[in-house]
Amino acid sequence: MAKFKGSIVVDKEKCKGCEVCVVACPTNVIGLSREVNGKGFHIAFMENPDACTGCANCAIVCPDGVITVYKKERLSSEKKIKEQK
Amino acid sequence: MNDNLSNADIVKCENLVYKRSPVMTDNVMHYCPGCGHGTAHQIIAEVIEEMDIQAETIGITPVGCAVLMYNYLDIDMQEAAHGRAPALATAVKRLMPEKYVFTYQGDGDLAAIGTAETIHACNRGENIAIFFINNGIYGMTGGQMAPTTLPNMRSSTSPYGRDVEMMGNPLRITELVAQLPGTYYVTRQAVHTPTYVRKTKKAVRRAFENQKLKKGLSLVEIVSNCNSGWKMSPVQANKWMVDNMFPFYPPGDIKLEGKMLSKD
Ligand SMILES: Cc1ncc(C[n+]2csc(CCOP(=O)(O)OP(=O)(O)O)c2C)c(N)n1
Ligand code: SF4
Ligand code: SF4
Repeated sequence: MAKFKGSIVVDKEKCKGCEVCVVACPTNVIGLSREVNGKGFHIAFMENPDACTGCANCAIVCPDGVITVYKKERLSSEKKIKEQK
Repeated sequence: MNDNLSNADIVKCENLVYKRSPVMTDNVMHYCPGCGHGTAHQIIAEVIEEMDIQAETIGITPVGCAVLMYNYLDIDMQEAAHGRAPALATAVKRLMPEKYVFTYQGDGDLAAIGTAETIHACNRGENIAIFFINNGIYGMTGGQMAPTTLPNMRSSTSPYGRDVEMMGNPLRITELVAQLPGTYYVTRQAVHTPTYVRKTKKAVRRAFENQKLKKGLSLVEIVSNCNSGWKMSPVQANKWMVDNMFPFYPPGDIKLEGKMLSKD
């Protein structure tokens, strides 16, 4: 399992549903929503969020710059138990 | 490993890895879905942001789909008549040599109506950067054949494909200007995949750095899609581009530090 877990936030009203991010994602996180935005475009969303590593590949190829990427280190279970103590 | 991180745990300011450059305005770009113009704009904006030269950069916009680029980059920009951007950039740079000056031009703009301006600015070695978006047709006006249209490529004015016998050969203007003594850095890149976006960003950065060092003219060609004009979906268009445009317009550096790179 990847050390980092990522998450993307898509600006729904600016997304044009071009699918360039869908094919750019190395871990097949992104799909297009069934519902559409105000302009009638299907919207990119995390269909498979657990697979996101926060690599930002989707965001840098997005022609409209609508994807923001975050990532956080996963804590190992021992470390987590220690923290809880 | 703990896999219970929720999205809310991750989506926090301190975990941010990538967001749209603040050198981009909040305006929604008018480009067709999947068009490479938007990607190219953001690469230029990111380089300007990273070099911290937002107040010192002047862009010259073309006639073509990118005509409204000044609405999207938060820098000083001046609109040129069709094809004349290198001439205008020459004037701006000579009047304000301390500024970073670039043109952003399509293939119809740079390689058809603006051929003279392009070649002379390159030959004079003006200390500017030219970003050249080659999508093989006139996108804005309805997908007509351009000098860059590939042999047998369909366009609205070559519906059966470009017949070289009748319509002549396509022009590799980037290789042509690389031969001129005034060009210092000439390269061809693309923006359809993350790898190429990173390469193009390096090329754009190099073009601005060369200008800082007063090295002469840098030209970065970006092979891109015009999915509307090609009548394909964006993903299909990018694939078509790799299969058909790349053999004729191979990505890679052509001239580095004033020296032609020998083929292989
Ligand atoms: C002097 C002049 N001639 C012709 C036109 C019509 N015109 C507008 S855009 C364009 C071609 C643009 O094609 P390109 O530079 O390849 O840009 P793209 O739209 O593909 O990005 C033409 C011929 C014009 N606006 N001005
Ligand atoms: S950040 Fe990387 S892994 Fe996550 S959705 Fe984007 S491309 Fe896929
Ligand atoms: S017509 Fe072509 S070049 Fe113009 S915005 Fe649409 S896809 Fe891009």
